Amino acid sequence: MNSLWAIASLVIKELYRRKDFYVLFILTVLITGLFGSISIFNDERIVRYLKAICLLLIWMAALVIAIVTTARQIPAEREQRTIFPLLAKPVTRAHVVGGKFLGCWLAAGIALVVFYVFFALLSGTREHTWPIANYAQALWLHWLMLAMVIALTLAGSVLFTAPSSNATICFIVTVGILLVGRHLNTVTLQLREPASSLVSVVYYLIPHLEFFDVRDLVIHDWPPIPWSACALATLYALAYTACFLLAAWWRFRRQPLN
Amino acid sequence: MDAIVKIDNLRVEYRGRELGSGTKVALNGLNLEVYPGEVFGFLGPNGAGKTTTMNVLLGFVHPAAGAAYLFGVNVREPIARQRIGYLPELTYYYKFLSAEELLRFYARIFALPRVEADRRIDQVLRLVELEPARRRPIKTYSKGMQQRVGLAQALINNPDLLILDEPTSGLDPLGRTKVREIIQRLKQEGKTVFFSSHELGEVETVCDRVAILCQGRLLAQGAVDDLTRQYQGNLEQAFLRIIGHPPRP
Repeated sequence: MNSLWAIASLVIKELYRRKDFYVLFILTVLITGLFGSISIFNDERIVRYLKAICLLLIWMAALVIAIVTTARQIPAEREQRTIFPLLAKPVTRAHVVGGKFLGCWLAAGIALVVFYVFFALLSGTREHTWPIANYAQALWLHWLMLAMVIALTLAGSVLFTAPSSNATICFIVTVGILLVGRHLNTVTLQLREPASSLVSVVYYLIPHLEFFDVRDLVIHDWPPIPWSACALATLYALAYTACFLLAAWWRFRRQPLN
Repeated sequence: MDAIVKIDNLRVEYRGRELGSGTKVALNGLNLEVYPGEVFGFLGPNGAGKTTTMNVLLGFVHPAAGAAYLFGVNVREPIARQRIGYLPELTYYYKFLSAEELLRFYARIFALPRVEADRRIDQVLRLVELEPARRRPIKTYSKGMQQRVGLAQALINNPDLLILDEPTSGLDPLGRTKVREIIQRLKQEGKTVFFSSHELGEVETVCDRVAILCQGRLLAQGAVDDLTRQYQGNLEQAFLRIIGHPPRP
C-alpha cells in the first residue's frame, strides 16, 4: 500500500506542478464569464444556457486532464528511464499500474471539485438555490466515469508506444461512446446480419459512459436520482475499471522496459 | 559464509524485434557468488552482458534458464529488493522534484517512518555532499550532481547490498573521485558493493574481487591481486589478455 500511495502522490504532485490544470480552469472561467456577461434576447432561461455551457466546458476540461495526464504516465517513466530505479525497489509492476491509476483518478477528482465549486458558485449566485444533492450526485457520477476513462487510457498506454496516439484514440473512443453509445441498440434494428449481431456485441461490451452524464439533472433542477441507482452505477464503473486495469497489468507485467 | 548474490547457471535470451532476426544469447551459463562486505567489480567489454546480469538481479529481465538469488531469495520475489540499493548507468529522475522530495518519495516506498526518513535524507545528502542544493529542482543539477542524487536514492533504505551500473560513467575526474570516495566509505561501513565499470584503474583501487565477462560467458573471476599476479601485469593488462586482446609490448 505504501508504494501505491507514494506513486499516486507523485502523480498528483506532477499534475499540479504542470500548467495544464490551471490553463483549463482559467479558460473555463473566462468562457463561462464571457457568456454570462451577454444577455441574449433578454431570455429568462439564460441561466440554464449558462449552466449548460459551463458544465459542457467542465466535462471537456475534465476529459482532457484525465486522458492527457494518464496517457503520458507509463510511457514517460520508460522514456526517461525513471522506471528502473522505481522497479529496483520492492515495487511490482502491479503497484506501478495501481499507483498511476490512483494518482490520476485522485488528481482528476481534485480538479473536478474545483470546477464544480466554481459551477455551484456561478449557479447559486444567479438562481439563489443550492441543490447540494444534485451537485453531489453529478460530481460523484462524473468522477466514476473518469475512473473508467483513466483505466482505459492506462491500458492504452502500455499498448501504444506514443502517448499522443494513445490520447487521441482514447479521446475519440470516449467522446464516441458519450455521443452514440446509447443509440447503438436502436441502430441494430435497422441492420442486417451479421452487422446487427456485431453492433449488439459492441453495445453490450463497451462501458456506457453516457449513464454517468446527469448534467440535465443539474441544469433543470430536477429531483435527485435514487441513491440505489447511484450505487448500481458505482458497481458498474468499478467492474469496468477493474477489467481495464487488469488488462493493463496483464500486458505490462512481462513487457520489456527498454 | 552465505553469498549475498548468487547466480546459478543463468541463461538470458533476447528475441529480435524484426521478423526472422532470431534470438540472441545475452548470458550463457553464468555462475557467480558475491559475499557480504566485499566490493565486487563486474568487468567486460561493451555488450558482454554486465547490464543484463544486473537487470536479472533487479527483476527487470526474466532468465530463459537458471536462477538468481539476493539474500537467498529468488529475484522474482519483490521482497528480494528490500535490502538493496541500485544506481542505473544513466540516471534520470523526476525533474519536477528536488533532491529532498525525490528521497522522500523513495523513503515512502520503503515505508520509512517520517522521523527515520528525515534522518536518512539528511545523512545521505551529507554523504553525497548535496546538502546545499537539497531544495533545488533536479533539472538544474550538473551531471555529477545528478549521479550523486542517484547514489543518494540508492542509499535511502540503508541497504546491505549496492548494485551500481557504471557509477562513474561520463563524470569528470573530480566527480569520479567523489564517487570513488563514497564507495570506499561504504566499504568501510561494511556494505557489499557489486558494480560494473570500464575504469580498470578505479576497479583495481576499490575492488576486493572481480569477474570478467565476455559475450555472455564468464571468463575469469577472483581476487584482484591473484589475477594481476597470474597474468603478470596490472588489472588492465590482465583484462586484455583474458578477453583475448593481449596488450602490445
